[in-house]
Amino acid sequence: MSTLDTRTLSHLDWLEADAIHILREVVGQCANPALLFSGGKDSVCLLRLAEKAFRPGALPCPLLHIDTGHNYPEVIAFRDRRAAELDARLIVRSVEDSMARGSVVLRHPNESRNRHQSVTLLEAIAEFGFDACIGGARRDEEKARAKERIMSFRDAFGQWDPKNQRPELWSLYNARVHPGENIRAFPISDWTELDVWHYIQREGLELPSIYFAHRRPVVHANGLLRPVTPLTPAQPGETVEELRVRFRTVGDITCTAPVASEADTLDAILAETALTTLSERGATRLDDHASESSMEDRKKAGYF
Amino acid sequence: MSSLHEFPATDHGLLRFLTCGSVDDGKSTLIGRLLYDTKTILADTLHAIAATSQRRGLSELDLSLLTDGLQAEREQGITIDVAYRYFSTGTRKYIIADAPGHEQYTRNMVTAASTAHLAIILVDARRGVQTQTRRHSYLAHLVGIPHLVVAINKMDLVDYDQAVFERIRGEYLDFAARLGIKDVRFIPLSALHGDNLVERGERLDWYTGPTLLELLETTPAAHTERPESFRFPVQYVRRPRDAANPELHDYRGYMGRVESGEIAVGDPVLALPSGRTSRVRDIQIGGVSQSSAMHEQSVSLLLEDALDISRGDLLVRPDEAPPTVRELEAHVCWLAETPLSPACTYVLRHTTREVRARVRRITHRLDLNRLEHEPAVQLDMNDIARVSLTLAQPIFPDPYTLNRATGAFILIDESTNDTVGAGMIIEPGASPAP
Repeated sequence: MSTLDTRTLSHLDWLEADAIHILREVVGQCANPALLFSGGKDSVCLLRLAEKAFRPGALPCPLLHIDTGHNYPEVIAFRDRRAAELDARLIVRSVEDSMARGSVVLRHPNESRNRHQSVTLLEAIAEFGFDACIGGARRDEEKARAKERIMSFRDAFGQWDPKNQRPELWSLYNARVHPGENIRAFPISDWTELDVWHYIQREGLELPSIYFAHRRPVVHANGLLRPVTPLTPAQPGETVEELRVRFRTVGDITCTAPVASEADTLDAILAETALTTLSERGATRLDDHASESSMEDRKKAGYF
Repeated sequence: MSSLHEFPATDHGLLRFLTCGSVDDGKSTLIGRLLYDTKTILADTLHAIAATSQRRGLSELDLSLLTDGLQAEREQGITIDVAYRYFSTGTRKYIIADAPGHEQYTRNMVTAASTAHLAIILVDARRGVQTQTRRHSYLAHLVGIPHLVVAINKMDLVDYDQAVFERIRGEYLDFAARLGIKDVRFIPLSALHGDNLVERGERLDWYTGPTLLELLETTPAAHTERPESFRFPVQYVRRPRDAANPELHDYRGYMGRVESGEIAVGDPVLALPSGRTSRVRDIQIGGVSQSSAMHEQSVSLLLEDALDISRGDLLVRPDEAPPTVRELEAHVCWLAETPLSPACTYVLRHTTREVRARVRRITHRLDLNRLEHEPAVQLDMNDIARVSLTLAQPIFPDPYTLNRATGAFILIDESTNDTVGAGMIIEPGASPAP
């Protein structure tokens, strides 16, 4: 009974179905995967997709968060509450523990811990024997990510070798690894920032409050707004202002900048995202400006 | 086109396309121009490109810098790997797979082509059809891309001369006919000046066909151009044992994606390899029921009978079952540094099913420059050949020309776990057993 079916999925439905397919491939092929959940908007989408992929019943893998100890308390509270609501197993491993063990050594006490997350992640992978970590990275975020596979192979040292990636054809993903090696799987690789916001709106997903416009003390630094917090105090000569801001991306306090915004609803954020002239990382990351390839360098060393 | 980033009022879904061409025929500029004219490039990205262009002493903005993401690529000024780019119009989302043009990167082109529904093949108007043009066209055709667009670029450098366009068009059609390529469209354009990409421009007024973007917007979506059989490879079987929820005691969900066709509650299904039949009792996404599912949807199927089904099995309609085969004839593109050897056993991944496979015979290798067959005893990286395979367990394939999802496979080297080959099935089981 072959009949010509000219219906097509909307682009959001297609992206959703594709991500569910990838999630099921990871769980189908790997013995012990983990889903990275930070409470950020991309991982909120990922968690929703995992629910859609595997409901009813419990999620087939634990949630894992690598905590730098420098996250916004609202985000950590949100992370814990969402995990509890879903009755999911949440594993948190902390960069501070790696520092106590001596595997992370800061060059100076104020150095950002962001890039050191890689060490703690690799330690968590070894501790639990994870053979795959599912993350919410997107190819539109950054140039090096645009070339990464959906199932990205990492060797026993957690290293990504961009010139020697496994070819990835059709939807035939190869997540096979030897013991000690690891797959990083990115189900929303083909989503853009705007797709993420549309999906959050369509699915009615809850987000940490700092994604919406709120008043916050900031200083202007290198063309970005830097939040003024106990970790990131104003430097001599900087003028502290209290502005209406929101975060487009949420991560370590020392490297994530808010943007000036009045958008306090999803509709308003969508309107702003559609009209913005700055890319997500360009507008918000205090750590990607160092060189043309800072992300690639971090990823080669095991960063997500 | 004034509201490019608004949520589509009519959503025509998503189109994946491939761009390919020789070095220097303006592919990166074409992509840069598409992103720029659809307002996808943001100001800070543009500033970064401007700064880099200036640092390298270029007089103009080098839009190709948008697509070269890796350190080694920037150092060498070449594109090594497939890059994916995204843009959206009022009605469609696009995923561009940008494949490098170098001869040694056949495997990248095949990779990029494997998921594409349309290919843009760039031709430099000054040079006409080149060896690379023929290679790329042949590969796009072999990998089953249904729509080819030949973009005759740099028309500004031939004074927008219609005669040049017509001559290249004729030359291309000649060899396309020999390869059996049917659906091919031609557009004269200048990526540098933006003529006929998003805006029509005034210098090509003799051309009355669609602009490149108009063509992308109106290309039919995948799966909508001919009737297809229902194919549902099982990815994962869900049997949640939740003591607190007695309703889940007998729950048995077969999770997968409808690779082609459609299915509705009440329809009969046949499970392979068991050969048992049942009917669809429920179709769910995230535990929520729906009455039917169509191609490309990821769902869970619940059946009326408790069949023994696991990952790697296939659900189909009883009256359109594919053959059960342990012999294959296929085109294989070799992707690895280590040559293909008939002495080796590989893991063959077909849909969600893995079996062991051995190459029984290399019928012939394709000479991609002369587009002729030649004898071969081994396959090196970037070679494409027709081979016969013997499988240790059966698979249930369709010919690749009828179904790209159930006609494709990859070969994996078990010692390294690397993906070493990409296969397209010509005839399932058509060759006699040895």
